[in-house]
Amino acid sequence: MLKQRRFLIEALTAVGLILAPFILPHLGFAPNTVNRILVWGLFGIGFDILFGFTGLLSFGQSAFYGTGGFFAAYLLTRAGFPHVVTALFLGMIAAAVVGYLVGLIALRRTGIYFAMITVAIAEVFFFVEFNPLSEWTGGENGLPGVPTPHFDLGFASFHFTTGWSLYWFLAFCYFVGIVAALRIVRSPVGAVMRAIRENPLRAAALGHNIHAYKLTAFVIAAAYAGFAGGLLGVLQAFMPPDAFTFETSGQLVMMSAIGGVGTLFGPLLGAAVWLFLQDFLQSALGLGASWKLVLGVVFVLLVCFLRRGLIGGIQDLYALATGQRHKREAPEEGIETAADVAAAEAAAPLPAANESPDQPHKGTILQAKGLTKHYGGLAANSDIDFAVDHGELRGIIGPNGAGKTTFFKMLTCEVHPTSGSISFEGRDITGLEVTDVCQLGLTKSYQINQLFNRLTVRENLVIAALAELRGKYRLDLLRRIENIPGLTEQIEHTAQLVNLTRRLDTPVSELAYGEKRRLEIGLALATSPSLLLLDEPLAGMSPRERVETVRLLKAIGRGRTMIVIDHDMDAIFELAGKITVLQEGKVLVEGTPQEIKNNKLVQDAYLGGMHEP
Amino acid sequence: MINWANLISQMFNGLVLGALLALISSGLTIIYGTLGVLNLAHGAMFMLGGYAGYVAYTYTESFVVAVAAGSLFVMVAGVIMERVIVRHFYSRPDSDQLLVTFGISICFVELVRFCFGSLSLTVPPPKLFAGITSLGFMFYPTYRLAVVGIIAVALLVLFIVLYKTRLGMIVRAGIEDSVMVSSLGIDVYKVFMVVFGIGAMAAGFAGIVNAPVVSLTPDMGEAILVQTFVVVVIGGVGSFPGAIIGGLIAGEIISITSMINPGYAYVMLFAAMTLVLVLRPRGLLGSASRE
Repeated sequence: MLKQRRFLIEALTAVGLILAPFILPHLGFAPNTVNRILVWGLFGIGFDILFGFTGLLSFGQSAFYGTGGFFAAYLLTRAGFPHVVTALFLGMIAAAVVGYLVGLIALRRTGIYFAMITVAIAEVFFFVEFNPLSEWTGGENGLPGVPTPHFDLGFASFHFTTGWSLYWFLAFCYFVGIVAALRIVRSPVGAVMRAIRENPLRAAALGHNIHAYKLTAFVIAAAYAGFAGGLLGVLQAFMPPDAFTFETSGQLVMMSAIGGVGTLFGPLLGAAVWLFLQDFLQSALGLGASWKLVLGVVFVLLVCFLRRGLIGGIQDLYALATGQRHKREAPEEGIETAADVAAAEAAAPLPAANESPDQPHKGTILQAKGLTKHYGGLAANSDIDFAVDHGELRGIIGPNGAGKTTFFKMLTCEVHPTSGSISFEGRDITGLEVTDVCQLGLTKSYQINQLFNRLTVRENLVIAALAELRGKYRLDLLRRIENIPGLTEQIEHTAQLVNLTRRLDTPVSELAYGEKRRLEIGLALATSPSLLLLDEPLAGMSPRERVETVRLLKAIGRGRTMIVIDHDMDAIFELAGKITVLQEGKVLVEGTPQEIKNNKLVQDAYLGGMHEP
Repeated sequence: MINWANLISQMFNGLVLGALLALISSGLTIIYGTLGVLNLAHGAMFMLGGYAGYVAYTYTESFVVAVAAGSLFVMVAGVIMERVIVRHFYSRPDSDQLLVTFGISICFVELVRFCFGSLSLTVPPPKLFAGITSLGFMFYPTYRLAVVGIIAVALLVLFIVLYKTRLGMIVRAGIEDSVMVSSLGIDVYKVFMVVFGIGAMAAGFAGIVNAPVVSLTPDMGEAILVQTFVVVVIGGVGSFPGAIIGGLIAGEIISITSMINPGYAYVMLFAAMTLVLVLRPRGLLGSASRE
């Protein structure tokens, strides 16, 4: 949605902000109300980056709103600091620093734990403002006398005082805020944030340091909150202590949800609706204090029935009106023409990141020694010795419960072995994290699809490719994704390999099952691994899809080292050069397909010992 | 110079608060453990219990009736909330569950404010426990001592229900793995409803039992909710014993710090939570699997 014409949204925002003072008064908005909406809107941009884009619902944003606000207000009132804008920025930095420290603690847990911790933290800040720091913050009196901004440019001087005059200053701040936020959500960091929202485990497995990215989102949200807090003081000429209350955090959450999260503009719209309703219900309908009851009911209904908020509702209506939904290409039910598959086969193998095609490595790429995993009393794997050479295509088979998936999880360091060691390209990787191992060039595709469901095929592949092109963490907040060298080629090449070129702009949720399976492989491929593990790539496919996927796997396997687990014996015998058979967590036998086929032990394992005595 | 009498009386206060928090947190934690829903309206449930009890008390002047009415009313409110709204959110993301229960909590608070106003109301303690008791070295309000006893009994009942009955076994199994429970042919949704009712009742019961100690205001639930979160983070989500230990720890921290400087009570509480998060992120008695 945010990927339309360049600068279109920015331009529309600017036009909207310029026209607002000429239109809104006719709709019954007082200038002060509009200014408050802008402050909430700016506060909410950061929150939306945190919640709407990264998926972290914080009920503690008031802590940073208050911190930034009081820091700036203290500088301007008690410390006699003259420059309003500089003070606002210093407040923002203070909030960001506090956000970093708080984030270190709050982000130790995810989901509801995170929500609970943020609530607790915000409450602490409120009490700290009231008591231990009351000498600096004025306690329950707040800090009165916050000045308004004044610019002296020599030839002309501007003083933004109150009402519409102050509006222009706030509107400019909001505009800068939204432009920066748009850059951030369109940057590689923004892409990774969405990946974390959709599927944090896969984002980590693809080689992104998700903890660092979450912390980044948290600090960005705190910085926005801090700046908005400072503006609140400027707007009211007084820094109110209730900026720190839980109610402030709750109000922000509700406004964002009303407007629509994941849109950046949701909080602005939500604040407009909120303040308009407040005015309307309180004065026009004479409800007095009980207007919040109406609001609460409206909010509950909204969360129940309009989960994407007002902006989401408008988008749906628009799509319905224009019939956009129906125009979308109907899924082809996974039917590929022979030409597509042939194209995939023809695609030249993309060299893996740290492997030069001229001098193929020789020798062992992966070696596991004495690998053992116990779950309580259950031994999933015991004492597995396993080695794979460069360029090899290894198959692993074994009956259900043989410990194949656990074995893969240990190789990629998703779970750590109870004992034993793993070395990859001569380096001991035992005990490393899955993210680091992926960065080294070892990754896997999952038995059960682990995709980023609300994103398109292209966005999915971008997330995977970014990990390889940018490393596990980089703070390129203002960079455009399109400007990363090599990215487009890598995406297109991967899409070709897994035969999804024609589906690049389709959301994952609309793909057929076979296509999702291929994208699952594509995600792993797009990280340009030097060793690729595939966990049951054929699982759940129709016989026809299997045949085509086997052909694709052959094409992918050229010039690559792969280990494939599958139950489809014919496929494994066709693909693999060498096969390892696991049974009851141990290596039963290892050999060429022919040897495995004729092996007595293997036949016993599968047929349950129905041989003649 | 430490004033020992003062310290001990604060420790008793801590015990009262701790017991209260333990009961409320158990309600929150069994709901979350079983249903996977963090009920942000749990603090409002506590408040509702107090107000429902207050209404019953003004009509009957009987504290026992007030306690019964308060807890039953909140149980019914919880069941209705689960049937009408929360059940539609089991398959929706965590954040939607948080938003909707947060919205419901605002509705409860504002509804009470609409009916009773913002002024604080009081319920007198029952005659049996009125006045103060001499503990030899100091005097302490009798009712507060009684609260500890009443809540201990309530926790015991909850313990028996959870650990000694068939329903409790299902609930504990559901905390481990609710999908598995439903595949055993048990109607998990019915269990969910009952659990929500019991969890809400724990909060409501605490609300009315605590009513004679504090005064009732519509937003009294908010502070309790925050403290409950800290208790659950310290004790470990989904753990009944964790809620009790966490509750007692939190109660003592708040009370003893308040004696020295009330402004730091939350800071110390937060410091304790941070310590637990750093040293043992899953909580003192939490299991690793729940996240």
